Amino acid sequence: MTQEEEILIMPGAWNLPFRHTAGRFASRFFRELRDNKKIFGVRCPECRRVLMPPRPLCERCFAAIDEWVEVGQQGTLEAFTICYVPFLGLPPPPIATVMVKLDGADGCLSHILSGVDLSDPDKAKDVVKIGMRVEVVWRDERKGEISDIEYFRPVG
Amino acid sequence: MARRVAIVGVGLTKCSSHRRDVTYPELVHEAVSAALTDANLKHKDIDAVVYGAMDPFDGVFAPERWNVDACVGAGALNKPFIKLTTGGTTGGSVALGGYYHVTSGLFDVVLVVASQRVGETLEAQLVLNTCIDPIYERWMGGGAIMVGANQAASHFHFYGTTEEDLAMVAVKNYANALNNPYAHLQRHLTMEDCLKMRMISWPLRLSDCCPSSDGACAIILACEKRARKITKTPAWVRGAGQITDNYYVGDRPWFQDWEALSILAHRVYSEAKIDNPLEELDVAELYNAFTIQEIIESEALGFCEPGKGTELLRKGVTSMDGKLPICPSGGTLCTNPIGATGLFRIAEAALQVMGKADKRQVTRKHCENGRTRR
Ligand SMILES: [Zn+2]
Repeated sequence: MTQEEEILIMPGAWNLPFRHTAGRFASRFFRELRDNKKIFGVRCPECRRVLMPPRPLCERCFAAIDEWVEVGQQGTLEAFTICYVPFLGLPPPPIATVMVKLDGADGCLSHILSGVDLSDPDKAKDVVKIGMRVEVVWRDERKGEISDIEYFRPVG
Repeated sequence: MARRVAIVGVGLTKCSSHRRDVTYPELVHEAVSAALTDANLKHKDIDAVVYGAMDPFDGVFAPERWNVDACVGAGALNKPFIKLTTGGTTGGSVALGGYYHVTSGLFDVVLVVASQRVGETLEAQLVLNTCIDPIYERWMGGGAIMVGANQAASHFHFYGTTEEDLAMVAVKNYANALNNPYAHLQRHLTMEDCLKMRMISWPLRLSDCCPSSDGACAIILACEKRARKITKTPAWVRGAGQITDNYYVGDRPWFQDWEALSILAHRVYSEAKIDNPLEELDVAELYNAFTIQEIIESEALGFCEPGKGTELLRKGVTSMDGKLPICPSGGTLCTNPIGATGLFRIAEAALQVMGKADKRQVTRKHCENGRTRR
């Protein structure tokens, strides 16, 4: 390619709307969030793990599930990161994304942590820690989706 | 009965943030032509084509058109052609697809191609977001960077890894990429540079994250009979495999270890009769999209105990002059045409075994007279 050769750019875009059914299990989970401010997991009849979020099959046992179990609204932070650049769908940075194992559940819910000062990474990493206890903060107007839990905050 | 298979030709394109000089099929054709030339084969010698890309990054989903057009020079027209796509692992999946084609006895000489123009993706986050579970997990955006950042934060917590360790991985890979004319990022980087970089998602800074690259890669696989006629330096496939992991990321929050990779490594080592990878391997090309992944992968692959990856790094074991250099190419950290990246790793490893890696060539302790050990 010579420097004076002009290369043209053709624009393109995919704008493809979809509609995904949540199915019976996630629908019940979301209804409980929306209507009762309760968080439910499901118990596998074979390995006895409480799967969170709920799904109709245990991937380890291939067992069909029908036992619903309410889990706690407090839990333990198992993994996290603190985003300092904007990410799609997240509130403006800095924002901590966290994996919370709610009391009584065997899997983690992916969510966000608020109520702590994250502006300086050097200080934030001493505040947000794996193993810390966190609790649910509910949104006032709930729509039947994960963000009906507005965020998690440190306990106490 | 499975047949022995060798890589007999490799073709790479120069990667960059946008290869404006070539269209999509032309870019792919560049890699395909290079592989045919390397193997000294003509399009009539190719029995089948396995192709891969992660289409939303390219904005064109046309396996029957652009992808075939791209491989017409390799005789794809009117030949068996299959497309595989498995997200970021597409490059590895196409290589396996080609390997199965040949080892099964169905085809003797197979062209394996992967391409990606992340440089033409204006909003990579939107594409990465389509990879996430739409019911429970997609609402909070996310994508690859958060997985890498979670891995790093957990490794810091459980094993005491530091930002300096991550910076060392970046400095090593950037230095290696300077020896690789096909690499995207080609600039000198110091520890001080790294530690001053913008924080993206703690603890990953900009220099801990791979770029978005345009690039294509092709390899040619052949059965033993054909391979011996095609080249004096076949790179034999002595073990191959893939593995799934949990669907929900919340089901495996222990990001500090890569359990599935570890299980897979044991399977493949067993197939290849490798007992001690650190002693028996000459080089490793790993998918290090984030600095931390090189450390965690070196542990999962058994180069050291869990949590000791940083020790290997600090002692220089994984540097170019060390016992087991990791990513002489500069790795994914310096070049990431996403769906093609896995194939780049395999192609780079093959070039090393064939002795064709030029300035980035490592010493082949386990090859005799330039011929791969049986
Ligand atoms: Zn089970």
